[in-house]
Amino acid sequence: MDYRGHFPIFKNNNSVYLDNAATSQRPGCVIDAVSDFYAYSNANPLRGLYDLSMKATKKYEDARKKVADFLGAQSPSEIIFTRNTTESINLAAYSYGDEYIKEGDDIVISVMEHHSNLLPWQRLAKNKHANLVFMEPKENGVIEDDEIENKIGKQTKIVAIAQTSNVLGIENPIERIIERAHQMGAVVLIDGAQSVPHKKVNVKELDADMFAFSGHKMMGPMGVGVLYVKNSIMEKMKPFLMGGEMIEYVTREEATFAELPHKFEAGTVNAADAYGLSVAIDFINKVGYDYIEKKDTELTQRIINGMQAMGHITVYGHEDPSKHNGIVTFNVEGVHPHDVSSILNEDGVCIRAGHHCAQPLMQFMKVGSTARASVYFYNTSEEVDKFLDCLSKVREVCGYGT
Amino acid sequence: MELKSLYREIVNEHNLRPSHKAAIENPDLVLRGVNPSCGDDISLQLKFEGDVISDAGFVGTGCAISQASADIMIDNIIGLNKEEALKQAELFMSMIKGEALSEIQFDELGEASALQDISHMPARVKCAELGWRTMKEMVEKNN
Ligand SMILES: Cc1ncc(COP(=O)(O)O)c(C=O)c1O
Repeated sequence: MDYRGHFPIFKNNNSVYLDNAATSQRPGCVIDAVSDFYAYSNANPLRGLYDLSMKATKKYEDARKKVADFLGAQSPSEIIFTRNTTESINLAAYSYGDEYIKEGDDIVISVMEHHSNLLPWQRLAKNKHANLVFMEPKENGVIEDDEIENKIGKQTKIVAIAQTSNVLGIENPIERIIERAHQMGAVVLIDGAQSVPHKKVNVKELDADMFAFSGHKMMGPMGVGVLYVKNSIMEKMKPFLMGGEMIEYVTREEATFAELPHKFEAGTVNAADAYGLSVAIDFINKVGYDYIEKKDTELTQRIINGMQAMGHITVYGHEDPSKHNGIVTFNVEGVHPHDVSSILNEDGVCIRAGHHCAQPLMQFMKVGSTARASVYFYNTSEEVDKFLDCLSKVREVCGYGT
Repeated sequence: MELKSLYREIVNEHNLRPSHKAAIENPDLVLRGVNPSCGDDISLQLKFEGDVISDAGFVGTGCAISQASADIMIDNIIGLNKEEALKQAELFMSMIKGEALSEIQFDELGEASALQDISHMPARVKCAELGWRTMKEMVEKNN
């Protein structure tokens, strides 16, 4: 199957794009959807009583329903549109956390978290004099059962963890974590930024209380993200941003708030991008997660095998390529990751270098920074081979004998 | 110069076999310089005889460009007085920001002028600047 033809960027650009964990590329249908919204349906959604506004509103609310079905939510009212994962987690930390966390409570995360799933909890813990507790993985990236049992206990009120690590690519045992947290009476937020693009998620089956992801990593537009919250929990949450669209009735002194989930969507919403996201969901469903996972594993295997054959390369995380979800984090012996990335850029190969917004994990792994190649289903084995070929010359460029 | 030649012709030599990447004895000034986003992290040490930089060294880690640039800088500034060292730093910063320099100014920068083309690589400008920026800060503070 050739899905490459659907992506205008590959016609306009010869780069080998291997930074998909940072943001994916978008198919033409998503780009057109955003543009069509403005060309044919644009008005301020939720405000006007005229046809055009109702059309805009319908596009937006249909997108919400699409997301709800996509995640296996019970109802569209459990879906809050945000700008991205970061905003979703901040919303959860404020609207739920600030209301229910008390002095001495534990907030449990892992040392693998992206800064976006760390800093909101760090602030909350500081403000409330609560404890921020870190689950730690083994060297292969796996968080084991006794770690879960040791860290999640009676004091735990919130657990927030990535389904898939953006550095190691490993999928965390979130079913076990959710089960343990619920036994202890805690609520669980799953950061799905890296999982949703690569595997089918069903929030009901997982029994997740909250689930956050970004549109832009799964071929949607850059300006839209999602926070799923179970209805029973959303009902107890206080508003996040205050202003227009999120109210029911306002006087000089008081306000009552709109019904769920609008209470959490203050101001004019990003209807065009929400619509774009719904088209990205259609596209992902058309491609199918079976195909995506198969390609992920195939390409990851090719990268890891190639690196091992090359020598002088350390690959971080699990030895099994199928546990990487398309993400390969590595270092070239003697060469700083920034030099690796700059030199590959000379050959038109795009990879990421740095701390990947996960500095505590870098400290835990005792590396200053790393390089990361991340694939998606539209990448090809030819691209991987070109990357490997260029990578094999990096040490020579940096003055090492081959 | 394209990036790969830059490494081969100048950066590698100073990165792999630096002349000044070591602590010096009894430094008068020590300052840490960091690029938080890339993790370049050096500690620059200067020793003075009167107003003149008599010895200098650095320790730390970072990409080849940050390390090589710091090493080249130290080559350049040993023997200069504070004012001359600051003037060099300013010249280097101008060059790396892509401003046009005269022949004479290039000569003044010596080997450091070979890093000129980094001005076309926005992602690497900070790396090349690190040593120079740190030196400038130390000298200005103690002037
Ligand atoms: C695991 C994880 N969480 C959160 C984020 C933050 O996503 P965004 O920048 O879209 O808010 C990212 C992406 O960078 C991520 O990989």
